[in-house]
Amino acid sequence: MTTITWRYRGGVTARAVAAIGGGYVLAALAGALIALALPLPRADAVTIATLLAFVIYPCVILWVFATRSALRACVGVAGTCAVLGMVLWLVGGTA
Amino acid sequence: MKDGLRQSMAWVHTWAGLLVCWLLLLVFMGGTAAYYRHEITFWMKPELHAAAAAPATLSPGQSAQLAVRTLQERAPNATRWTIDLPDERNPVIQAAWQNPPKKDMTRQERRNALRDQNVTLDPTSGLPTAKPRDTRGGDFLYRLHFDLHYMPAIWGRWIVGIGAMFMLVAIISGVITHKRIFKDFFTFRPKKGQRSWLDAHNATAVLALPFHLMITYTGIVTLMFIYMPAPTKALYGDEQNTMFSDVFGNFERGQPADIAAPLADIAPMLQQAGRAWGVTPSRVAISHPNDAAARVELYRPSGQQLSNLEPAMTFDGVSGALLSETPPVSTALATRAAIYGMHVAHFADPLLRALFFVCGLAGSAMVATGALLWGVRERQSYAKVVANGGRVGFGVRLVDALNIGAIAGLPIAFAAFFWANRLLPVDMAQRASAEANWFFIAWGAAALLAQIRPTRAMWRFQLTVGAVLLAGIPVLNVFTTNSHLGVSLFGGPGLRPVAAFDIVVLILGALLGWAAWWLGHKAKQKAASKQPAASAGTTSTMEPV
Repeated sequence: MTTITWRYRGGVTARAVAAIGGGYVLAALAGALIALALPLPRADAVTIATLLAFVIYPCVILWVFATRSALRACVGVAGTCAVLGMVLWLVGGTA
Repeated sequence: MKDGLRQSMAWVHTWAGLLVCWLLLLVFMGGTAAYYRHEITFWMKPELHAAAAAPATLSPGQSAQLAVRTLQERAPNATRWTIDLPDERNPVIQAAWQNPPKKDMTRQERRNALRDQNVTLDPTSGLPTAKPRDTRGGDFLYRLHFDLHYMPAIWGRWIVGIGAMFMLVAIISGVITHKRIFKDFFTFRPKKGQRSWLDAHNATAVLALPFHLMITYTGIVTLMFIYMPAPTKALYGDEQNTMFSDVFGNFERGQPADIAAPLADIAPMLQQAGRAWGVTPSRVAISHPNDAAARVELYRPSGQQLSNLEPAMTFDGVSGALLSETPPVSTALATRAAIYGMHVAHFADPLLRALFFVCGLAGSAMVATGALLWGVRERQSYAKVVANGGRVGFGVRLVDALNIGAIAGLPIAFAAFFWANRLLPVDMAQRASAEANWFFIAWGAAALLAQIRPTRAMWRFQLTVGAVLLAGIPVLNVFTTNSHLGVSLFGGPGLRPVAAFDIVVLILGALLGWAAWWLGHKAKQKAASKQPAASAGTTSTMEPV
């Protein structure tokens, strides 16, 4: 059996957190922004945004595990979340 | 880079799948059974079978009128009556009522009260049938599939939702990692150990891939507003209830006028709705009967369309005049309703429903073969250790045990649930919960035994038990009911669901029996080929399953 280093374990843990936790936050922020951006009645905008959030979430998860390094994955997710959160705060959503 | 992507996706596929596969197996099996939820409920109430044996002779209007007459006798002061008219999935007339809620009632008390506030009517005479036994029927399996059991429903929904997200990730990564998805589908190399399991996994996965992807995504969508409240929060703030009534329709029933007024005849309303829709309404709901503010809602059967929204017509309950029709919904809401509708498949005609059922079984097989594959593959890395008299690692043993407990144990649990329905005393207190408990007693015992001895002999034992229990159900029916296969096969169309149930469990039991036989056959072959070497001391745990 190949030996599993602590470095490897740390990388997997970091990616799992970035994918599951970070991916959820990213999808939620993106969903909220889409809901605000869609020029539709509230119920329609919320429905489409929530449907899309569940397309975004798995895509983020897969990207986190596909990208070259765990660091890149964490920075990528955290950075995107920061940008989305900033935009959301600027346009004045309640989230 | 291309190979790197495939490898990382293979890793994600393995772990996302393995971590939740036993939960997914429960969800898949429960959901697959839930396609026949009404048929299972009917099967589990043998007291109703005699009434359904004769073909229905009453018109929908007469059925509704007779149901109203019974409701007038039993619950003239109810706040709401509902009447389900017979159709091909439910051959009897169901009438239920809701009394004004008492303030100090707990949720459980209210639920228990609701269970008693209904009556089943014979579709030929319109008279009440014998009181059916207390059972949750197919609803137990339906709820189990997303609420789990023995815990608040909301916990179950989150656990199942997280499992479904893992599944979605496992499916997409599985497709990406799969190099020759089309070619491999036509590849099956039997009796080649790991290769064969991989081929079986690929075949069951690829065969029904659109179904697996659809059912997982649509399953998440059914509860998406719970799982992902952020978009709602952004537009509605804290008024989540406003969103629910915007999206799911307004369920305001109005207030009673508290002035007594006779209820108008139902039959002309049914005719009017039937003419407008081209199909007879399937469901009648009457709010505030015998009051001046009475309202009659007629629902169109959802079998005509993908969407799960049931268009309704509302009539004035006193004058009988048409008040309103459900307005058509926007594209976005129709999309959500259609996605939801795809998951629950109410639209499906019998053939399509059977196809969904088979796809659900293929999904269960995909999860099961995937779980087995991990053990087979992992055990190879222990081959040398085992050959030198060592033991397999803790992880392999645990996965083996969980696999037995889930793959061979769950069919036992389902069978125990149906056996309990036939064998528990009919007038037992808390009978419906006792049936559900037997599901978990049987499953718990199977899972525990598997943890104690996760061996090939245990596989064979549990598969055999499952086979005997499932295939034994039609035999049990001969002794416990008057609607066994000998009767139901030759009875009226109302008994078709009962006959079909017996035949399906017989087939499933035979399949499990074949699996048990095949395992034993393989063990014998292996023993014969190993005879000269006579490697005593190797327990069967070490052999690939």
